[in-house]
Amino acid sequence: MKLPIYLDYQATTPVDPRVLEAMLPYFTSQFGNAASRSHAFGWEAESAIEKAREQIGALIGASAKEIVFTSGSTEGINLALKGVAEMYAEKGKHIITSQAEHKAVLDTCKHLEKRGYEVTYLQPDKTGRVSVDAVAAALRPDTILVALMWANNEVGTLNPVREIGELCHAKGVLFFTDGTQAVGKVPVDVEADHVDLLCVSAHKLYGPKGVGALYVRRKNPRVRLVAQMDGGGHERGMRSGTLNVPGIVGLGKACELARAELVEESKRTTALRDRLERKITAALDFVHLNGNREHRLPNCLNLSFAFVEGESLIMGINKLAVSSGSACTSASLEPSHVLRSMAVGDDLAHSSIRFGVGRFTTDEEVDFAAEQVIAAVKRLRELSPLYEMAQEGIDIKTVNWQASNH
Amino acid sequence: MAYSNKVLDHYNNPRNVGSLDKGAQNVGTGVVGAPECGDVMKLQIQVEGDRIVDAKFKTFGCGSAIASSSLATEWLKGKTIDEAMQIKNTQIVEELALPPVKIHCSVLAEDAIKSAIADYKKKQGAGQP
Ligand SMILES: Cc1ncc(COP(=O)(O)O)c(C=O)c1O
Repeated sequence: MKLPIYLDYQATTPVDPRVLEAMLPYFTSQFGNAASRSHAFGWEAESAIEKAREQIGALIGASAKEIVFTSGSTEGINLALKGVAEMYAEKGKHIITSQAEHKAVLDTCKHLEKRGYEVTYLQPDKTGRVSVDAVAAALRPDTILVALMWANNEVGTLNPVREIGELCHAKGVLFFTDGTQAVGKVPVDVEADHVDLLCVSAHKLYGPKGVGALYVRRKNPRVRLVAQMDGGGHERGMRSGTLNVPGIVGLGKACELARAELVEESKRTTALRDRLERKITAALDFVHLNGNREHRLPNCLNLSFAFVEGESLIMGINKLAVSSGSACTSASLEPSHVLRSMAVGDDLAHSSIRFGVGRFTTDEEVDFAAEQVIAAVKRLRELSPLYEMAQEGIDIKTVNWQASNH
Repeated sequence: MAYSNKVLDHYNNPRNVGSLDKGAQNVGTGVVGAPECGDVMKLQIQVEGDRIVDAKFKTFGCGSAIASSSLATEWLKGKTIDEAMQIKNTQIVEELALPPVKIHCSVLAEDAIKSAIADYKKKQGAGQP
C-alpha cells in the first residue's frame, strides 16, 4: 500500500493508463491541427476529434454535433451562462440557480448581476438538494435559464435533474446542469433528463486536466449561445481556439471507459464508500453525514466529526489525502458555502471531511483510512473542550460564547 | 498548508492537556472563541501565592490554535500573575512562526490567558470578607 492514500476523487482523478495510451500518439506522430484541411496531419487530428465527440455523446445520450470542446467545466459554465444570457437577453434577464453551486457558477452569476441580470439563488434543503417545487415557485415570465448542478462536489448530493428538466421544458426555459461530478458516475441521458446544456470535465473522470466539453442541445429546443472567445470560429463559432487534440482524445477515451464500466464501477465505489462509513461510525459517536443518503454520488462521503475541527483533523490524518469544509483550508476563513447553504450549523461545517473513493481505491486503503480517522478523532476529542462539555451533558448550542472579533 | 516544525511539535505532543478543578478557589478558567468560528480554547491556571504553579488547556481548533494554547500553558507555568499579563500574541506568532492567516490563533491564546487570570482575580475578590 502506497502512502499517502488518495481519497480526494472529487478534486481530481489520475489519468487512467488506457486513456494515457490513447493520447500519446497525438503529442508526437499525429500532432496535426484539427483545423488543417489541406493535408493528412490535419485529417488525422480531425478524425480523432470526431471520434471523441461520438464517445462523449454516447455517454450522455447526445449526438456528436452537440458537443463543444472547452478547457474544462469552469469554461463550460462560463460559456453556457454568459452565452445564454447574452443571446436571450431580449426574452428576459432572470436566472435561477442555487446557493450550493460550484464557485464557477456562483461567480459567473455575480458577474451577470453586475451586467443587469437578476439571479435567484435557491436555498437547498438540509441534504443539499433543490426541489422541483422550489424551482417552480421561482420561475417568472422573464426567466431564461435554470442552472442547477447534477451532483454537488462537496457532499455528493444529486439534484432531481429529470423533474427539473421536465419542468423547464414545459415552461420553455433553458436548463443548464453542471455535470462535472456526475458524468461517468451516474447515468446521464440528456434526452430523457430534458437537459439543454451540460458541462463535463475530463480530469474528474480519469482523463487529463484542462479539457472538457459543453453539450449544447440542437433541437427541441435549439439552443443558441453568444461565443465568449472570439477567433477562428472553431466549434461552430461557439468556441474559437485550436483544439487540444491529445486532451480531447483523452476525454473521449475516458468517456468510452466510463460508459462501459459505469454500472460495475458504481457498485464497487458504493461498496467502498459504505465500508468506510460503517467502519468509522462503528468506532465513533457524534458522526454526522452531510448530504443525502438516498440521492448521492456513489463515490463521495462527507462526514462531520462533532467537537473536532477539520483542519486539525486533516493534520492528524496526514497519510490520507482528503479535503475539509473547514474554514482553515481556504483563504477566506469562512466554512464551506455549500455546508452553510444546507444550514448544517457552522460548528459542524468546521468539522467536515470529504472522502472521495474511485477507480483505483482498494478495500485495504479504506480500512487503513478508517483506522487513521478513528485514531485521530479520538485523540483530538481528548483535546477538545467541546467534547468534554458534551460529556458533562452541556449542550454547546446553549452556551453564551464570547467570540472575539478577530 | 505548510506548518512550522514548532507547530507540528505542539500538535503532535501537546503540553499540559487536561482540566483543573474549575470550582477550586485558586483556579482561574478562561474559555474563549466559539464553535461556529472554528476555535474554542479553554485555558486554566492554578495559582499559589501570586505564582502560577500549573496550567492546563483544551482546544477545539486548527493545528495553530492547538499549538498556540499548548505554548501558552508552557509559558504560564512558573510565572507570576503580573508576568503572565505581559504575554503578547506577537510573541506566540514569533515563537511558532505563524503565517498571517493564523495570527487570530495567537490572539485567541492571549485572550484565553487574560480571561483565565480575570476569572482567578474575580474569585479572589469574591473571597474577601
Ligand atoms: C461541480 C464542479 N463544477 C465545476 C468545476 C470546475 O471544473 P474544472 O476544473 O474543469 O474547471 C468543478 C471542479 O472543481 C466541480 O466540482
